[in-house]
Amino acid sequence: MSLLHLAIISPLILAIFIPFVHKTFPKIHTGWFLLPLPVLLFAYFLSFLSTTINGQTTMETLAWIPTLGINFTVRLDGLGLLFAMLITGIGALVVLYSIYYLSKEKEKLNQFYVYLLLFMGAMLGVVLSDNLIVLYAFWELTSFSSFLLIGYWNHRERSRYGAQKSMLITVFGGLSMLGGIILLYLMTGTFSISEAIVLADVIVNHELFTAALLCFLLGAFTKSAQFPFHIWLPDAMEAPTPVSAYLHSATMVKAGIYLVARLTPIFALSGLWIWLVAGIGILTLFWGSFNAVKHTDLKGILAYSTISQLGLIMSLLGLGAASLHYSTIDAGFYTVAVSAAVFHLLNHATFKGSLFMMVGIVDHETGTRDIRNLGGLMTIMPITFTIAIIGAFSMAGLPPFNGFLSKEMFFTGMLRAQEIGFFNMGTLGILFPIIAWVASVFTFIYSMIIVFKTFTGKFQPEKLKVKPHEAPLGLLISPVILVSLVVIIGLFPNLVAPLINTVMASILPGMEFDVHIYHWHGFNTELFMTIGVILAGILLYKFMPKWTGVYTRMPERFSFNSAYDNGLAAIQKGANRFTNAYMTNSIRTYLIYIFAFFIFTLGTTLIVKNAFTLDTSNVASIHAFEVVLVVIIAVGSISILFAKSRMTTIILLGAVGYSVSLFYAIFRAPDLALTQLVIETVSVALFLLVFYHLPKVSRHEETRQFKMGNAIISVGVGVVVTMIALSAHSGKAFDSISQYYIENTYKKAAGENMVNVILVDFRGFDTLFEIAVLAIAALGIFSLIKLRLTRGKEQ
Amino acid sequence: MFDFVLYITLLCISLAMVGLVYRVIKGPSTPDRVVALDGLGINLVAIIAILSIILRTSAFLDIILLIGILAFIGTVTFAKFLEKGVILERDRDNL
Repeated sequence: MSLLHLAIISPLILAIFIPFVHKTFPKIHTGWFLLPLPVLLFAYFLSFLSTTINGQTTMETLAWIPTLGINFTVRLDGLGLLFAMLITGIGALVVLYSIYYLSKEKEKLNQFYVYLLLFMGAMLGVVLSDNLIVLYAFWELTSFSSFLLIGYWNHRERSRYGAQKSMLITVFGGLSMLGGIILLYLMTGTFSISEAIVLADVIVNHELFTAALLCFLLGAFTKSAQFPFHIWLPDAMEAPTPVSAYLHSATMVKAGIYLVARLTPIFALSGLWIWLVAGIGILTLFWGSFNAVKHTDLKGILAYSTISQLGLIMSLLGLGAASLHYSTIDAGFYTVAVSAAVFHLLNHATFKGSLFMMVGIVDHETGTRDIRNLGGLMTIMPITFTIAIIGAFSMAGLPPFNGFLSKEMFFTGMLRAQEIGFFNMGTLGILFPIIAWVASVFTFIYSMIIVFKTFTGKFQPEKLKVKPHEAPLGLLISPVILVSLVVIIGLFPNLVAPLINTVMASILPGMEFDVHIYHWHGFNTELFMTIGVILAGILLYKFMPKWTGVYTRMPERFSFNSAYDNGLAAIQKGANRFTNAYMTNSIRTYLIYIFAFFIFTLGTTLIVKNAFTLDTSNVASIHAFEVVLVVIIAVGSISILFAKSRMTTIILLGAVGYSVSLFYAIFRAPDLALTQLVIETVSVALFLLVFYHLPKVSRHEETRQFKMGNAIISVGVGVVVTMIALSAHSGKAFDSISQYYIENTYKKAAGENMVNVILVDFRGFDTLFEIAVLAIAALGIFSLIKLRLTRGKEQ
Repeated sequence: MFDFVLYITLLCISLAMVGLVYRVIKGPSTPDRVVALDGLGINLVAIIAILSIILRTSAFLDIILLIGILAFIGTVTFAKFLEKGVILERDRDNL
């Protein structure tokens, strides 16, 4: 185990001790005890920065199940490092924020921090694992800990609903990803991502390629809340705000992005990948930003904004993958999309984290998140206002913040989409910049809503539960650090350029990059698009009441949420109805199923395999008294069916049993005949006993009603069994082994009765357990009769 | 020749059993059926005896004794059941 392994699982180890710490030091906020861990981890990952930027990849392997090729392999390259730093860095800020956000008296802090640490460790595992199975294990752990965190206030119905929804959707995607992993393993014979990348040319022509691609994408899209799986993210806003800031903006929802980026070298050689990733991404971008505008809950707006920004990154990754189809020199033209994706990934984590924390502060200090109740907080909460304005303007893509830069690069990437000369990109590619532009206008609008509806306008103290005031310093530290990053990266973007270079090297291996981010790149199309976005955004924001009616036009019935709810209800109802349809609680019906299945399977096997044979060469001659005996048994059995009274049935059953014992005698089995006689007598006596104790009410004699279905099935079973018996007898393949017993009964076992010698000597084990069966039956009958636990209760 | 006679006998007894089975099925009353069943048992004794002669074996002699006992016990049981409605009477001291 190397230090890297330890770094990944250290949150999980610390999680074990949190409950003890919480119990031992109830006076100190538990968050302080785990704050050093993400800080330390961040510093540790920071130490890899210089070596990684120089192009070195750190690999460490820890054997887990080596015989199956499953090893805990950690691979730290640019992409992994960027994510690891995001996770630990924002993790540290979120822990600090949560210390001031969550009250140590009212909240179950031990649970909260255990879940948070579980999540942190799982997320580190996802981004640093090279082995797909290990990645999947950590992936599910993130789903699971996210479920726990969303349902943290589990006394609330909405929290439970949100937790269940996110669990169902992300686990659905996770399982499909597991399918993809297995398919990839079938194609390459390895679970290692880095080894699979080398085999990309083989994989793309494999017949399982498309299936594996779809499985992986399903996993990535559900996790990253892409259209139409985005519906879980707004409901996950029921989680405490630090959780929303950490999981549902900066880290977990980017796991899907990570997966797409990580697998780009494997799958991007196909047009399907480019189209799906870019198309779904741009659709999500538009749908998320369009829907964000209609919300009045700040966290609701931010949730949809996260969805839309994730779509933006996803579509850039899709388009950037096109560069893999070109030679190195031409490829540089398209790689700008990937650099925009990586840059925006970093930017989004900074400004979205700060915005969530800002909303948390507003919620904490005013008691509401509804923009209809908020307003005029600018002078009351100046620092929070500054945070909001920087975060939201960066999100809207305004200079001089980092969002502006990534948006410009985003437009560049989108404009170049139509120049991709294959997979119909030339004709349909023109749609990308248009949709991107419209979505950016909506992004601008909701960013303005967040700032201006909350902080400007009329102050409405009567609508607020508490008297608002500026947040304590502790709550402000984390968002201030994040917005300073927004400004610093905005002003000096080339500070992160080497990192972006490195990350791109892991997404598009074997290419040379020189990312250089400029604030000013002349009067080009992108700039005019941005100006257009701002103008159109301001116009639409000013006249919002005039056009927001468009949202009510779309009925709630057709939304994806109601599709999910109705689908879930329909599945339950359908399953219920299906189960009720065949589980009738009547043994007669179940017997019909069993026998019908018996006839069907055996009958079709006989027909399909042409198995029915009739060979009379091995048949003994039939004597007259055997015929008579058969007639007796047949007449007896058939008349049981038509017997009027139960007494007659019992007597007839006895007659049949005695005749069977006669058969045993004819076929020279004296021991069997003896036993059969005794047993038959006993069971007839037992039948009489049962008959006597029938309740008086249902004792009236009645004949069985004739049912055609029953008759057909009984005749069918008889015919099938007869046919099988005849075929089995005709096709005897080997001689019997009884010759051995005949020779050795006396010689080896000192007995003359061969049946008895077999029973107690050659195969005595069977007899032992037959004895056990009888003992159990006897004890069972005894306890059934004697043990009457409910007797007292009934009276 | 001897075997032939035995077979004939066997056939005759079998036919007698068919008659008894007819009585068991037809009834009309339960005692009729019980008597017919008793008769079946005795016929079984005869059949098995002749069968042992045909098969030249003494292995079935136990069965003959057993059928005799069982037929007796069975008929007595039925008779008691029809008469009193119970087979084993409860021990009054243990109640």
